[in-house]
Amino acid sequence: MASRLMALWNWFDARMPTAAEQWRIHAAEYYAPKNFNFWYFFGSLALLVLVIQIVSGIFLTMNYKPDAALAFGSVEYIMRDVPGGWIIRYIHSTGASAFFIVVYLHMFRGLLYGSYKQPRELVWIFGVVIYLSLMGEAFFGYLLPWGQMSYWGAQVIVNLFGTVPFIGPDLALWIRGDYVVSDATLNRFFALHVIALPLVLLGLVVVHLLALHDVGSNNPDGVDIKKVKDANGHPVDGIPFHPYYTVKDIMGAVVFLGVFCFVLFFVPEVGGYFLEYNNFIPADPLKTPPHIAPVWYFTPYYSILRAVPPLFNSQFPGVLAMGVAVLIFFFLPWLDRSPVKSIRYRGSLWKAALAIFVVVFLVLGYLGTEPTTVWGQFKDPWNILDTKDVATWVARLCSIVYFLFFFLMPWYTARDSVKPVPERVTA
Amino acid sequence: MKRLLLALVFAPSLAAAAEAGFPLDRSPSDPRDLVSLQSGARTFANYCEGCHGVQYLRYNRLEELGLNEGEIRDNLMFFADKVGETMKTVMPAKEAKTWFGVAPPDLSLVARSRGADWLYTYLRTFYRDSKTMTGWNNAVFPNVAMPHALWTLQGERALEVEEPKEGEGAGRPEYRWKELSKGTLTQVEYDALVRDLVNFLVYAGEPAATTRREIGIVALFVLGVVFIFAWLVKRNFWKDVK
Repeated sequence: MASRLMALWNWFDARMPTAAEQWRIHAAEYYAPKNFNFWYFFGSLALLVLVIQIVSGIFLTMNYKPDAALAFGSVEYIMRDVPGGWIIRYIHSTGASAFFIVVYLHMFRGLLYGSYKQPRELVWIFGVVIYLSLMGEAFFGYLLPWGQMSYWGAQVIVNLFGTVPFIGPDLALWIRGDYVVSDATLNRFFALHVIALPLVLLGLVVVHLLALHDVGSNNPDGVDIKKVKDANGHPVDGIPFHPYYTVKDIMGAVVFLGVFCFVLFFVPEVGGYFLEYNNFIPADPLKTPPHIAPVWYFTPYYSILRAVPPLFNSQFPGVLAMGVAVLIFFFLPWLDRSPVKSIRYRGSLWKAALAIFVVVFLVLGYLGTEPTTVWGQFKDPWNILDTKDVATWVARLCSIVYFLFFFLMPWYTARDSVKPVPERVTA
Repeated sequence: MKRLLLALVFAPSLAAAAEAGFPLDRSPSDPRDLVSLQSGARTFANYCEGCHGVQYLRYNRLEELGLNEGEIRDNLMFFADKVGETMKTVMPAKEAKTWFGVAPPDLSLVARSRGADWLYTYLRTFYRDSKTMTGWNNAVFPNVAMPHALWTLQGERALEVEEPKEGEGAGRPEYRWKELSKGTLTQVEYDALVRDLVNFLVYAGEPAATTRREIGIVALFVLGVVFIFAWLVKRNFWKDVK
């Protein structure tokens, strides 16, 4: 049996040696630093969630109907009448949020250990493009259940494009395919969600990994493991990705799936954060919900959008701020002037800046899920402020700090005191 | 469109106004209490289904609640011929809209959008109000279009609301109930009936919920076992990494 399999493999290998070669380049002989820690699980987990989403999504499309009159009912049909349908649907809805959790932690790892710095700028840039595509994918997908939040969330976000000077209204009309979010919008969002963006995402993931494997992985010490090689030319501090990191990542994946299943089977709504309560009401174009909040993963940016006051009766400044808040990640490799990569050898300036950024990001995220009145109002005896909502002013402050983290980065990273970086990775 | 956007971005303050108000009671519903679920289904079929459907739930699914096809047919199916049909209402939506101002909503997912506590409180806080079209009002849902469908059971009540004194900050108004006429049930019996009805609506919102939790326990157990093996394999491979 074994010899027959071997013969079959030899037959295959003689005709397509590329397969074995790629396996060697990207797994068996891809030397990764041996000191990866907890934060390094999230890259492979992101890939796992991508696969989960694609597979569960394929099964959902077998019963979902992209039709304004049928969409909501077809989701309930999946939840009730399709055998195992509710599992598939909850896998997909939990997977959507899980994707962002994993990606946010993956990006945070990059910030912690300077993974975006030279020579990995391209890896980072492809990553940010993945993040943007993921946002698009999530946005298009969220319309499909055709609930109140699907509908009005899409209405609000498409209208953001409508604020762009001159071309705005035409742009929004072009995106919607109608004057309001309608059946035409649902159909095209379905097409984009199930075909266009998944293809883009898959392609980008390949490019992200190819770019990574060309320059090699960073590590928690931020040192270059290729500097010290053994007699065979392999990095002394590197270990082949397969089998070492495949078995380690499988272990991480099992833990992740435990958390994933806990959510899926016991708290699939996560208190209205993963599945919003208002989305269990069918979309009604004539009835605007009193409080429209995007799903949690967009709320930091939604907060920034709401925080910026309108200018000349136009909301465009807020939209611009929101756009810049996302796109600024592209420039991170050049904004960071620190000579060291890892937070382990950086000074207190960077550590403080990063800590404040994390707090600000979380506060903005929280405020984006709540109405602006959530923290009440303060007294304004002179009546000069445009709003007395405490939450709005906190969001404004946090938005400013958010941007200062990036805009002041060249200054504080260059001035930060750094510790000497060791020659080789520490245990 | 631009104005709409502005309204959407800057007017979510309405929500807070709606959220404050009558304090909600905790719903004592139990998804595994089949007797309660059956009783709730009966109340729903007798008192609610004339106006409200549960259009995503099929009659024969109620076999999950320990009922057989005959029992479902005899006690719950007033508006359908086949047990495979869904629990639709017979009230025509168009006419209903002219009668009540709004068509009575389908209640398939009302427990998921409103929550059990809201329903449990809402169904117990109707009161007489001569100022509304139906003569009824509700403490949780002010000026609701729906009249009190269960009033023969609960009886009629009046509500006095004393607003908190001006400028005293976050004081809640005080609510005082006054009985106008007795219903056929005592308050305890009525609360139990509403509990069962809400329990049924929670079930109707996600019939697979109980199965979901059962499978979840198995899934977590299996993953726990798989983790032990994954950890052992990892440890074995990593022995030689120094």
